[in-house]
Amino acid sequence: MKPHQRIAQAIIAGREQHGIALVAYVTAGYPTLDAFPEILKEACAHADVVEVGIPFSNPIADGGTLQESAREALKRGATMTKIMRTLRDLDGTLAAPLLLMGYLNPLLAYGLDRLADDAIAAGVHGVIVPDLPLEALGMARPLTDASLATIGMVSPVTSDERLARIAEHATGFVYAVTSVGVTGQKRSDQAQIIGYLTKVKAAATIPVCAGFGIRSKQHADALRGACDGVIVGSALMEAVGQGRDVGSVLAALR
Amino acid sequence: MTADTLLRQLIDGELPDDDGFFGRFGGRFVPETLVPALERFEEGARGALDDSAFKTELKQHQETWVGRPTPLMYAPRLSRAWNAQVWLKREDLAHTGAHKINNALGQALIAKRIGAKRVVAETGAGQHGVATAAACARLGLPCIVYMGAIDVERQAPNVVRMWRMGAEVRPVTTGDATLRAAVDEAIRHWVGDPEGTHYILGSAVGPHPFPWIVREFQKVIGVESHRQMLEQAKKLPDIAVACVGGGSNAIGFFHGFLGDADVELHGAEAGGVGANVGQHAATMSGGTPGVLHGSRSMLLQDGDGQVSDTQSISAGLDYPAIGPEHALLAHVGRATYHAVRDDDAIAALDELCRLEGILPAVEPAHALALAKRLCRNRDNPTVLVNVCGRGDKDMPILTKLAEQQGGAS
Ligand SMILES: Cc1ncc(COP(=O)(O)O)c(C=O)c1O
Repeated sequence: MKPHQRIAQAIIAGREQHGIALVAYVTAGYPTLDAFPEILKEACAHADVVEVGIPFSNPIADGGTLQESAREALKRGATMTKIMRTLRDLDGTLAAPLLLMGYLNPLLAYGLDRLADDAIAAGVHGVIVPDLPLEALGMARPLTDASLATIGMVSPVTSDERLARIAEHATGFVYAVTSVGVTGQKRSDQAQIIGYLTKVKAAATIPVCAGFGIRSKQHADALRGACDGVIVGSALMEAVGQGRDVGSVLAALR
Repeated sequence: MTADTLLRQLIDGELPDDDGFFGRFGGRFVPETLVPALERFEEGARGALDDSAFKTELKQHQETWVGRPTPLMYAPRLSRAWNAQVWLKREDLAHTGAHKINNALGQALIAKRIGAKRVVAETGAGQHGVATAAACARLGLPCIVYMGAIDVERQAPNVVRMWRMGAEVRPVTTGDATLRAAVDEAIRHWVGDPEGTHYILGSAVGPHPFPWIVREFQKVIGVESHRQMLEQAKKLPDIAVACVGGGSNAIGFFHGFLGDADVELHGAEAGGVGANVGQHAATMSGGTPGVLHGSRSMLLQDGDGQVSDTQSISAGLDYPAIGPEHALLAHVGRATYHAVRDDDAIAALDELCRLEGILPAVEPAHALALAKRLCRNRDNPTVLVNVCGRGDKDMPILTKLAEQQGGAS
């Protein structure tokens, strides 16, 4: 099975088992480089797919919690090289497939060819690049050539025509941003979200996951049937920041 | 593509291309939420620039409110001191005190045209914030300005000017608390309301169409300078110099002379206090290609692609990236960029004060220092410097310096 198919399959399996799949976001190197591997293992044990966030100095799509986690991780010396080495060491011990979520500049600095090779070697199955829009997807060629999932992001303000093209080019799943705004913010009106997700579902042949502002089991349950999975980031990193146990936080979301 | 072809395309107005690229630089690297807003803005801007009614309205505001054309002035005492023919383009005499008004006015008019309900802006030196606040006041648009907490302090007079004109100033304490962090926050604000808000970006940076539209509104500096040089000096300059933060005043100024191969174009970057990482903001001298704030250009960054901290006495030049069109100009060899240190800039500021009775902003003081350096070893060159802003806003910095130098009493 190709890496991107493994992501899609994990979402579908999660949906079948729990009614809605769970994607967990963890910032690599947060709260410390040493604590991160255990947090990642726990996240993988309780979620269907895990996003590993690559910290960046200027994360323009992130709200306060994720900004702060990236800042802390950078302060503690998190680099692409160290993160990839950690993932490689953990390969085979993690219960869920991984996605890298990173802004374009650190990925370019690492080199996309090198990233594709190392991602495959470390058991990573795909990437989410929030500042790589459809028009620049050609740049991700080394990643798509390696059959890594390139997650397509859509937002409530995306036109139907763009939505169709993004859904067509995405692999793994389509990431439907549920609120217009940065991560961690309050979501829009429930009926509006359902209508929007129904539209995204209709446009996509791969699974659709909803993210931004999902904090509780109640939020996740409300989206059952409207999409295949939910993505939880800020709420989880907030819990990590407070020293709470990732496993129980994620278990409570099921 | 060869350098010659790219330069030819630039001169012929064919760049940026449809995707917003100037050769390898530029583009639109933003979250999906912003794409429709950028498309709407681009469409609105193209419509406006093709519309004779819009052009007439813009011109009217420029003449009666901004005070255009700004004068071109011969500087006799500076000329003697430098052994050169020194000409100054007096953008400091534009309304609100800097070239920033050219862009803020133009974009505010477009914001109104595309139905924006409010405007956000970022500001470093405060000049773009003041210009945007003024343009919004004139056109009746609510205005929010993000400004790094460090800049709020060092450019305090401009904060009060913004308040007085009805803008809300929001200090930014995250990140480096200077211009880069202010841009981050303005973008985050815009991501939260891309339909109701227009973001008036203040320099020739950011995602397409900003570098293009900012250049189009700043081109007036170069066009006027070209005409005024021919009228008053009866010749074009040998050397044209401007300071470069993001690069808006420089790109507009340079554009008037791009096709005149004999006019050397030079940009002065903030050399800060030293050449080490974190001591300066000299992007072209010390940077490598990278993506920040939606566009690919030269960027001060470490080997992991993390954006470096910067330092400069000039809040307006204290930014780790540069407009993509400048990256192309350097790449094709049409313009050259040099680092100028804080103390050299202050010395140049003093020289202009004492020899010509003009207090420039510390940003164009960098251009003056570079111009002086370039005049050495040449025989009486004709040099044109864009004095893009006045120094009133820098009084807190200058007061502190005067106290240190014991010259305040
Ligand atoms: C007076 C003045 N000059 C220059 C600049 C630098 O901007 P740019 O490089 O876009 O011209 C600023 C920015 O705030 C400024 O206020």
